[in-house]
Amino acid sequence: MIYLAAEHFVRAPQWTWYILGYFFFAGLTGGCYALATLLRLVGDARDEPAARLGFYASFVTLLVCPVLLTADLGASWWKFWHMLVDVTPGDQGLNFKYWSPMSVGVWALLVFGLFAAVSALESFVLDRRAGARPLGGIAGLVFNVIGGVFALFIASYTGVLLSVSNQPIWSDTWMLGGLFLASGLSGSAALLALLTRYRPDAAFSLGRLHEADGYFSILELVLLVAFFLTIIAAGTAGPTVPLLPLWLLALVGIGSSLVVARGHMRIRPAGGSAAIARAGTDTLVVSALVLLGVLALRAAVIFSAQ
Amino acid sequence: MAVTIKPGESYGFFTDTSICIGCKACEVACKEWNQLQGDSPKFLADSYDNTGQLDDQNWRHVKFIDDVPAQSADAGNGKAFLMMSDVCKHCKHASCMEVCPTGAIIRTEFDTVFIQQDVCNGCRNCIAACPYSVIALNPATGTAHKCTLCYDRLQGGLQPACAKACPTQSIQFGPLAELQQAADVRLAALHSQGVTQAQLYGRDDKIYGGLNAFFLLMDKPETYGLPNAENAKLPSRNDVGGYVGALVTAVLGVIAGIVAFRRRGTS
Ligand code: SF4
Ligand code: SF4
Repeated sequence: MIYLAAEHFVRAPQWTWYILGYFFFAGLTGGCYALATLLRLVGDARDEPAARLGFYASFVTLLVCPVLLTADLGASWWKFWHMLVDVTPGDQGLNFKYWSPMSVGVWALLVFGLFAAVSALESFVLDRRAGARPLGGIAGLVFNVIGGVFALFIASYTGVLLSVSNQPIWSDTWMLGGLFLASGLSGSAALLALLTRYRPDAAFSLGRLHEADGYFSILELVLLVAFFLTIIAAGTAGPTVPLLPLWLLALVGIGSSLVVARGHMRIRPAGGSAAIARAGTDTLVVSALVLLGVLALRAAVIFSAQ
Repeated sequence: MAVTIKPGESYGFFTDTSICIGCKACEVACKEWNQLQGDSPKFLADSYDNTGQLDDQNWRHVKFIDDVPAQSADAGNGKAFLMMSDVCKHCKHASCMEVCPTGAIIRTEFDTVFIQQDVCNGCRNCIAACPYSVIALNPATGTAHKCTLCYDRLQGGLQPACAKACPTQSIQFGPLAELQQAADVRLAALHSQGVTQAQLYGRDDKIYGGLNAFFLLMDKPETYGLPNAENAKLPSRNDVGGYVGALVTAVLGVIAGIVAFRRRGTS
């Protein structure tokens, strides 16, 4: 018996470099915001500098997203806003199709953009003058949590968008949303670990970020195996083979995360803490490999079906 | 046949591939009326077909399916090319329309599927969704193009150019119910003549709720590059599964983050 529809006579949409770039940065903007929120919510007071780094990184990587999406529209780039507003004569109004991930994603990106901008601005204000959070108390936490939910959506919906099609491979699996999310979280942890080089007061969180990266990478590995199992069952795994170097690069990224996380992934007794060390060359190399792996994974998924 | 075309009624094509002679008059008429330049000429070295595919410049494409065995056959057992004038199926449950985020793809007053050029913004979601490889992007306009079922001609009371040009009436245009009846009669005639492989594709609702442009085929759908009923699925089939996969990962990811970042007292 075939799992999902497996016979395809469909044309490739030519979603290539701009979309690859968007998927990469969407994973990072969502992942960084989610990690920053978690660091602030469940972390130590000394995790706050890393949380702010996360909000900055989320905002900066977010800025690239609409540029890439608009550039991808080619000659129709000036109609980017048609995603939000239906201009059909006699049927004008807002566009929202909950069953079309592209439609939902555009709205989510818009809403998430507000959260990312406000959180980055708040971090900037806090870095400029010490004191209570402008968005303090429960309201501030709720704000971050809601933003975090949108962040997780942004980091994952791109995979669901690919599946909600009739393309071979993409539509033969339900793993892509989770896979992109796990890899986005891993890449974000690696990026924040790298950025602690430039913010010494965030060094406290370095070990925790490596530890988190390790868990995300295990999740990613499990989902990658599940992804291949589902497309093998559907009989459409063949076109993934020529892209073996990209899959291997993705695996190198996962492996690097696990190697560097090894020293941190253990239950430490209460009251203890890992030695606080600045991010060194090993973090630089590992983060670069992890981010390359995040990019390679998306490239492998995108190009194996086109 | 003379057809009176009225808004509010369902129209479509019945393409009877058993009488297609591969003359490509439909392709020419379509290009002529719709002012399509065509792709730059190329030699595909694949039977008599150098059009190759449906795309932004080819809204009708006569497929030549090489069903001829390599060895010569005995007398009376010869086989021929299968020919089929392919086109947008104007699906009742249209995959393209389902995913289009701008609302550019609409169902017209003639129950056909139409891409509004001034609304489309070239996102290409419809291309990833159409299971028949019908739509393609025109790089010059930055919009998606496909057969309009001659929307402008229908509005003027004229039948589509391809159906009008077809010399064998392989392509018939008319009210859907009448076409379905004609197809049933033709199928029964072929079966009574012993042509048991003849079958209708998209006549009933098993394929995307029914196709307004449906076919009589002389082999199974896959031979013509058409998904069979088991594989004719809408993109939205993966919505729930895809989101559940993402949600489970999100929950596990948050738990992983809590484990890694949780407060561990002061040190
Ligand atoms: S054949 Fe393709 S383009 Fe035509 S209506 Fe169906 S899904 Fe849309
Ligand atoms: S390319 Fe145009 S018609 Fe196709 S999904 Fe995008 S907006 Fe809709």
